[in-house]
Amino acid sequence: MDWQALLLTLRLAALTTLILILCAVPLGYWLAYGRSRLKPLAEALVALPLVVPPTVLGFYLLVLLGPRTATGRALASLFGHPLAFSFAGLVVGSVLYSLPFAVQPIAAGFESVSTEVREAAILLSPRPSAILTRVLLPLIKPSLLTAVVLSFTHTVGEFGVVLMIGGSIPGITRTLSISIYDQVQNFEYGQANRTSLALLSISFLALLIIYLRRGMARSNAAAVSAGLSGDAQ
Amino acid sequence: MTESIRPAEPYIQIAMEHRVGNLLLSVCCELNAPWTILFGPSGAGKTSLLRLLGGLSKPLHAGSRGRVTLRGRTLMDLAEGVWIQPAERRIGFVTQRPALFPHMDAAANIAFGLHGVSGGARRQRVAEMLNLFAIEPLAGRRPGALSGGEKQRVALARALAPGPQLLLLDEPFTGLDAALKESILENLTRWLGERNVPALYVSHDVAEAFQTGADVLVMREGRIEAHGAARVVLAAERERLLHHLKD
Repeated sequence: MDWQALLLTLRLAALTTLILILCAVPLGYWLAYGRSRLKPLAEALVALPLVVPPTVLGFYLLVLLGPRTATGRALASLFGHPLAFSFAGLVVGSVLYSLPFAVQPIAAGFESVSTEVREAAILLSPRPSAILTRVLLPLIKPSLLTAVVLSFTHTVGEFGVVLMIGGSIPGITRTLSISIYDQVQNFEYGQANRTSLALLSISFLALLIIYLRRGMARSNAAAVSAGLSGDAQ
Repeated sequence: MTESIRPAEPYIQIAMEHRVGNLLLSVCCELNAPWTILFGPSGAGKTSLLRLLGGLSKPLHAGSRGRVTLRGRTLMDLAEGVWIQPAERRIGFVTQRPALFPHMDAAANIAFGLHGVSGGARRQRVAEMLNLFAIEPLAGRRPGALSGGEKQRVALARALAPGPQLLLLDEPFTGLDAALKESILENLTRWLGERNVPALYVSHDVAEAFQTGADVLVMREGRIEAHGAARVVLAAERERLLHHLKD
């Protein structure tokens, strides 16, 4: 078992998930309630990692973050080193690659909050931050959990983007999935099996959490309906 | 409600021309009565008018024109680029569906609109609202555990708690039994009357207009067809009802 790769993977997944949730809440809010004509463009860009091969995304990121582009040079001067083949580069790649797994559930969550409830909050509170934190976010908790779990597990399991942008530098860019690839290349099937089992367990547990919470999400939806309905319960 | 005292200046002044879907809402009127009932067939623009007053719809079309004042305070003036945010208009709005916050209990729902109020004053205001609508035992209950009438009373309490200068009611009593509706209306009109807060109330109940002695605003196809005292505006309807009773 490559413990160094496991720790690196968990660190990468945690940091990526944190950044993704911080970005996905405002972006999902805008996608759900915004009226801009640019929304379809934004939606297509957010969903792109779902259909583009990870190696393609990884390739362009490698070029973009490398020293040959102005962006790469600017980021290198900002971080003090080129982002390609670094942990920071992996984080950038992971955030982009897992973006739809965070944004789409959160946008769907915001959309599921009834217009009447949102308008009631708008009528009563002049502060959008209060409406977000006291009404909307509590109502989309199941969607937030789904976004967290999917972002985390998707980052844990990514391979193509990580390989393209980070290579396999132990302790810096070698994640669990890269480690499995290296172990198989070296005919270390026993090691590869143990590492694979770790990945499999993480994924299964994450899905189990989502499905266990599904019942609570249903209860929440029923409560929303109850809040709106004028009928006696 | 008895014959009302008219204010020196109109409660609300509305001059508006705005397209909502296929409907051209063209309204120009002054509301002087504490209690005005808005009548009209479905699609006449009643809800659209209330939403514009409450600030829930913003007239963004190129041809839209409009100015709304509440007790001399401009809420909207498209020509001058004035647009007051809904929560800063001091307008309570209760619709047919109570739209309570499902994750909060009744007391928290009522307290939601109280800003810049100390903890003690907040609790006092919530208690006053709970008492007004006789829902004290429901304070700790979430909407999922309330009946339709209880939810609607909590929604009314939530709308009144911040001390609005105008109350908009969009058929909030539909589906409630007559006794409950009468009891709620009695408390509501008394509270509003004591504080000189006008209400604009969408209803289909003609008899109610006569009972309350309210002014009546009749809308049809986005325009105001008639405006005045119920006994004048609804004279023909009154005759029809009386004739129906004799038969």
